[in-house]
Amino acid sequence: MVTSILPLRIHAAEVKRRGTRLIGPIDLTLGGTGITIVLGPNGSGKTTLLRLLHGLERPAHGGLDWSIPEEEARGRRSFVFQTPTMMRRSVTDCIAYALRVAGTKRAEARARAREMASQVGLGHALDRSAQVLSGGEKQKLALARALIREPEVLFLDEPCANLDGRATREIETILTDAKSRGTRIVMSTHDLGQAARLADEIVFMLNGCVRELNVAGTFFETPATPEAHAFLNGQIVE
Amino acid sequence: MNEILEGLVEAAKLIAAFDPELVEITLRSLQVTITAVVIAAAIGLPLGAWLAVMRFRSRRLVIAILNALMGLPPVVVGLIVYVLLSRSGPFGVLGLLFTPTAMIIAQVIIVTPLIASIAHQAIRDLWSEYHDLLISLNTTKRQRVATLLWDARRALLTACLAGFGRGIGEVGAIMIVGGNIDNATRVLTTAIALETGKGNFALALGLGFVLIALAIAVNLLMHSLSRTERSGTW
Repeated sequence: MVTSILPLRIHAAEVKRRGTRLIGPIDLTLGGTGITIVLGPNGSGKTTLLRLLHGLERPAHGGLDWSIPEEEARGRRSFVFQTPTMMRRSVTDCIAYALRVAGTKRAEARARAREMASQVGLGHALDRSAQVLSGGEKQKLALARALIREPEVLFLDEPCANLDGRATREIETILTDAKSRGTRIVMSTHDLGQAARLADEIVFMLNGCVRELNVAGTFFETPATPEAHAFLNGQIVE
Repeated sequence: MNEILEGLVEAAKLIAAFDPELVEITLRSLQVTITAVVIAAAIGLPLGAWLAVMRFRSRRLVIAILNALMGLPPVVVGLIVYVLLSRSGPFGVLGLLFTPTAMIIAQVIIVTPLIASIAHQAIRDLWSEYHDLLISLNTTKRQRVATLLWDARRALLTACLAGFGRGIGEVGAIMIVGGNIDNATRVLTTAIALETGKGNFALALGLGFVLIALAIAVNLLMHSLSRTERSGTW
């Protein structure tokens, strides 16, 4: 039986750049199931928090503890960036790349990539250059590339920013399917409607700190902090 | 102006007659330069990628030196290689002086910094684009270098073609280490220098036009084989 990499415990973690604190100190525990949505105004530290959790930022103080050693946990989580990086390859090869670098043989990686591309609605574009896809298709490709390794935890940084309603709905369907297959999802968004549709749990951030961690229903109905209350009412929170 | 026209006519005559001597020195030019570019690419492309990806203390100094070496004076390279390969030099026993191998060695020294430097700049830009993705996919350093080299292949082809351009038109170094020996080390550029010295301007210009046509043909062939400008942005 494979040991889960969760829960993830973050204790007093701080991220600094050139001596300036970006986020922290943060204490947080991510449990084993569901979708956690990170909310907060611009500059509140949502992206930095996600990057810290995935290991793209090193904590200046404090630390993160996965339930298994970091070296092993690293290969079992994926990240989808707000602006997806499109490699100079075909759609199939872009998705297959995630498997190739993990040691899967080329033929098998390409076969699975084609299957995954079809699952996310890119079956019509298998041999097209990833660079010429539309915004929604690029984000689907990024999701397919992240999901093909069957990650236990998937981090997404505002995956639907700049997408229209239809593309957003398609991405949300992919995410709920992934959740139903057991993938733990941690995602930031500015879209309160999307957060209400998807979230099991809300992390509300302000000025680089976690102000509130709550069950989604409770957060939207009776937020615990005045800042979260103001944020939900559309007021400018600083 | 008359001389240029005469040169064009001479070039047309040489090509139309399929002049055996012209064919021989053209093939030798291609053999020396293509071999040098292949060796320089094998060294310069990974070096450029490595410099783009790695972070070490004297990295900036190494890049600055590499960029400066792009302007290496061929005559100086020729002199150094001459000294090294001459009978009294450290590699004199190999008997390479005045052979095409010596010319290839000199061209490798001239072309490698050019290819490495252009490759470094192209791969550095791609690395800044791919950085987060490749780190997030938990790739090894070797995988990153291989990925960048493959995905920057179009820009790297340009680096190799720039190296080819520098090599095929080079005369100073190969004249010194090759000696411009008929049927042995004579190539297009040294033949042009020789004919100019003899006052045969039309023939020299004719050879010059053949050289330019050769450079264009090789570039077209490479672009055609690599399907550059055909398949969009990848």
